[in-house]
Amino acid sequence: MANTFYNEILIDHNQNPYHKHPLPGANMTLEGVNPSCGDDIVLQLRVEDGVIQEGSFEGDGCAISQASADIMLDMIIGKPVEEAQRLSALFLKMIRGGCSPEEIEELEEAGALSDISHMPARVKCAVLGWHTMEEMLKGKKQPATTES
Amino acid sequence: MSHPFRADFPLLVHTDIAFLDSAATSQRPECVIQAEKEYYERYNANPLRGFYDLAQEATARYEGAREKVRAFLNADSAEEIIFTRNTTESINLVAWSWGLSNLKKGDEILITISEHHSNILPWQMVAQRTGAVLRYIFCREDGSYPKEEVEAAFTGKVKLAAAALVSNVLGQEGPVRQMAKLVHLNGGVMLADAAQAAPHMAVDVKALGVDFLAFSGHKMLAPMGIGVLWGRKDLLDSMPPFLRGGEMIDSVRQQDATFAELPHKFEAGTVNGAGAEGLAAAIDYLSRAGFDRIGDIELSLTRRALSGLQAIPHVRVLGGTTAEEHHGILAFLVDGVHPHDVSAILNEDGVAVRAGHHCAQPLHTHLGARSSTRASLYLYNTEEEIDRFLESVSSIRRKMGLG
Repeated sequence: MANTFYNEILIDHNQNPYHKHPLPGANMTLEGVNPSCGDDIVLQLRVEDGVIQEGSFEGDGCAISQASADIMLDMIIGKPVEEAQRLSALFLKMIRGGCSPEEIEELEEAGALSDISHMPARVKCAVLGWHTMEEMLKGKKQPATTES
Repeated sequence: MSHPFRADFPLLVHTDIAFLDSAATSQRPECVIQAEKEYYERYNANPLRGFYDLAQEATARYEGAREKVRAFLNADSAEEIIFTRNTTESINLVAWSWGLSNLKKGDEILITISEHHSNILPWQMVAQRTGAVLRYIFCREDGSYPKEEVEAAFTGKVKLAAAALVSNVLGQEGPVRQMAKLVHLNGGVMLADAAQAAPHMAVDVKALGVDFLAFSGHKMLAPMGIGVLWGRKDLLDSMPPFLRGGEMIDSVRQQDATFAELPHKFEAGTVNGAGAEGLAAAIDYLSRAGFDRIGDIELSLTRRALSGLQAIPHVRVLGGTTAEEHHGILAFLVDGVHPHDVSAILNEDGVAVRAGHHCAQPLHTHLGARSSTRASLYLYNTEEEIDRFLESVSSIRRKMGLG
């Protein structure tokens, strides 16, 4: 599998997404879509006292969109909102190809997506979950879209 | 093994990509690329304007291309050939000009569910603006349209019918001839979308019995940005202009104008002279190659690809089960793997295919698939490319951790 972008981390999160389920206690919900390719997720969070207590996603999409959302939830659950936003900014910086190796290290498993910076056609898939979270934390109610 | 056409295509000679996305756009042979270049190097002036020799030459070449298209379609008159940018613009021309002037509340527009968005959205617009109703004929799971179901869909109210000669997803032929006959019983008109047919088979507007026919140059070896609308002369004569501006008039006063004769009435602004030159060269190339020989190559490659896909577990080909039903277009699903991931893995193996809904979202919805991966081939493809494609497809589920 050496010559494929689809590494083990990606495959594992796509096949066995830990956070893909409904979240009955959620107090924030937002749909995120990639209109051009049909990736469509619903992100749910339970935020209390400025901390992300629980999170989940549901929906359909390619392996990159699904794995990226699952990895994101792994990283942000239990963190303060500000820290989730900082990680999100760092992730987007990595996708644009602007992260140092140390910064990629800080992104833990999300670093498995760093090669996306060389695959412009898949950038929107990778950022869907993160973008949806950012819009949600800004208070957006209409579905978030990766088309600007 | 020597291939009769491949060496004519510079891009294919210079890369290792197995290009299986010709239904999106074809590659171009050297002679087409040269024809476009030569136009700018030797004949360039603004066609249809100017009385100096060079402008006359540019005009003669442009009109020569029009005559070539007329013969290609077996049309009666070159006046019936309108140059556009592509199929989409051609269909929009008919919708905005004929549709808005002739349809009204109570009328029906009938199309098939397997249309490309470019043969759906213009009719949605006409329906919204005129109060006419847009209706669909639905295909069977194999993409076919049984005669009795087509007939049953025609009420006396259908005034415009439109369908593709070949579906861009399933490769199936649409019921164009039958729809044309039925809509004519109502005094209505029939538009054929020949975008996926013109590259692969002889298209004869008289034999088809249609009133309008649209196709794009870029899917049949010609440059991007040149397309054709053919229309029956009496209809085109009766229609108002689509775009208004330069060189489509007889005379212009401050508040009104009278319009030029066909075909110039529908070609406002500076035309794509070099594109028309390239299209003429593409038609010459296809004529030399011969649709019989092209069809033989495509059918043999389609058989290889289709039987190969049918033999791979967890792969389902959309549409018919025989190669004859596909016209070189094979859309398929791999269980548990999203089409974007399928195409990404094929790309890693040097195979170029399309993934998504291929501008035919209603058809995918009708077939119960969100999207699909599409391999489409043309006269320049090889058995080696098909084998590389099949080998890559058979590796996909393993690479995605599905055993």
